Amino acid sequence: MEREHEALLRPLEQTGRGFYLLIAILLAVIGWGIFAYFQQIRLGLGVTGLSRPIFWGVYITNFVFFIGLSHAGTLVSAILRIVGAEWRRPFTRLAEAVTVFSLPFGAGSILLDMGRIDRIWRVLLHGRFQSPILWDVTAVSTYLISSVVFFYIAMIPDIATLRDLYPHAPAWRRQLYRVLALGWQGTEAQYHRLERIMGWFAVFLTLLVVTVHTVVSWIFGLTIVPGWHSAIIGPYFLVGAIFSGVAAVSVVAALLRWVLGLQRYITPRHFNYLGQFLVALAITWFYFTFAEVLTTIYGAEPSHMAVFWAKFREEFSWAFFAMFFFCFLLPLPILVWKRTRTIFGVVVAGLSINLGMWLERYTVIVPSLARPRLPYEWGVYTPTWIEWSVTAACFAGLILLYALFAKLFPVVAIWELKEETPTPSHAEQPKPAEA
Amino acid sequence: MPHWAMVIDLDKCVGCQSCSAACQAENNVLFVGPEQAELGRAIFWNEVFCHIEGEYPHVKATIVPRPCFHCENPPCVKVCPVGATYKREEDGLVLQRYERCIGCRYCAVACPYGARYFTWHAPEWPEGMDRYQNPDVLLRPVGIVEKCTFCIHRLEKGLPIPACNQACPADARYFGDLDDPNSEVSQLARSPRALRLLEDLGTEPRVFYLKEGA
Repeated sequence: MEREHEALLRPLEQTGRGFYLLIAILLAVIGWGIFAYFQQIRLGLGVTGLSRPIFWGVYITNFVFFIGLSHAGTLVSAILRIVGAEWRRPFTRLAEAVTVFSLPFGAGSILLDMGRIDRIWRVLLHGRFQSPILWDVTAVSTYLISSVVFFYIAMIPDIATLRDLYPHAPAWRRQLYRVLALGWQGTEAQYHRLERIMGWFAVFLTLLVVTVHTVVSWIFGLTIVPGWHSAIIGPYFLVGAIFSGVAAVSVVAALLRWVLGLQRYITPRHFNYLGQFLVALAITWFYFTFAEVLTTIYGAEPSHMAVFWAKFREEFSWAFFAMFFFCFLLPLPILVWKRTRTIFGVVVAGLSINLGMWLERYTVIVPSLARPRLPYEWGVYTPTWIEWSVTAACFAGLILLYALFAKLFPVVAIWELKEETPTPSHAEQPKPAEA
Repeated sequence: MPHWAMVIDLDKCVGCQSCSAACQAENNVLFVGPEQAELGRAIFWNEVFCHIEGEYPHVKATIVPRPCFHCENPPCVKVCPVGATYKREEDGLVLQRYERCIGCRYCAVACPYGARYFTWHAPEWPEGMDRYQNPDVLLRPVGIVEKCTFCIHRLEKGLPIPACNQACPADARYFGDLDDPNSEVSQLARSPRALRLLEDLGTEPRVFYLKEGA
């Protein structure tokens, strides 16, 4: 019966040389990053390009970026679930995996930025909820735990299938599937319960998407730093997060489709939908950017204008205009025209949007710090090889976790596919019927 | 307890930076060397800025010494996630618990006056300099934020004059109790020449400047 989904199970059964090569490269990058980080621990944050007044740089940019990336998974798997969009089904797991695997690097980037990582336990001991950082610790850890649970419970039926399918797998793998399947039998009552739990979880996670990224933005927005201190920063960050997240899911989906041969499951129709969704998000992003810039320059307060000019025509203009090009000017025409809204087009746009959104985080964070209210301190920020190595290691870590996951579990939820029927009312068919 | 405050007369200040030098010596502030200073890693609990307005030939330069302002509503205290930065209830001093600071630098970002400094490197004292460390002031480790304390170790010994004030050759700096209506500081703070930096932010600094030429 499961042979029907041969393509989904093949990566679990056969491992090519390419996979080992990929893992080796990723481990090398991670190893180099760990070496760089140990240099930082040993010698202090002076090995980075940070200084006064530019106290935050690439690490905090990565923090916001990875948390933003993680929002896609929840969006695709939870929000599309609530609205009953059937086309999400082949996507839910691979999107949720982006969430689950990028969140640790978001939270981790904050730790990488800390001057005294050895004192992390003091946050638990002396945590003060007056500080937005504590809100963040709370929001992000809630989001991480909830996402992992949501991701995991949605895998239980498939893990049970794997348990029954591979009685001759190596012992550690049999054990893994057996424990994680939690004794799943696939009875109607179990499916019913699972659907109910996932329905509630989807609602909860949707609320979390909004709170988490708003709280991330408030680390900046609640201070009186020019360029940060605005009410728009919460929704602006949220839209940016969903924008980069959906773009990332598009790229990941296309990659998996190509590498694992999932053409049957992930079709041009899906990329068409994702492309259209990205158009809407790009326009919303532009709207926020425009509103922010107009409010700043019309009000023309000197401290805010100093930040604006830093972005617009001084040392950060390259980042600002590159951001605008990669977030809007390049992807929008590709995605608007039906002829270019192909899988390849969506991938190009998705990569462009992610590069642009990283630059957006950077241009939000660094120029504001470079132009403090009192114009006596000036700093130049050039990230060092330490910061780039650690950043590369974070990205490699994300890809590594994803690759290992794809080796052990099917990236498309087989049981959810079976539920998909031509009739629109899948809610009335709680049981696994053959698709 | 007295409510400590400082007044700096910009008319009298000659920009000699004796206050900065005295502060470095008094508070065991680390020397980072010229290269690191160039990168913006120098630490000055009391920094002397030069504020220049206009263009040649119509230039006006003002010298502004800046200690920590020990704000009544300190933006740095609000954001500290572990209470390493706190406002001492009895005298309103804004202080730093070095042993608790996790080095997130949120306070340094939040302070609109740039009064907070991060220790980017492990402390290394030039040969022989370590003999001149002040035993009353804690040495700070790498990876934390530090700043001016109004020379709290002196205040606690009943010596109500910070090192910067004591060293000022122009007698431009005053220190005292703001709650005492007869103190020099509280009278100067109420003078028409008195101003505080970025007053519209509502931080209510407890360092007052007396305007030049008024």
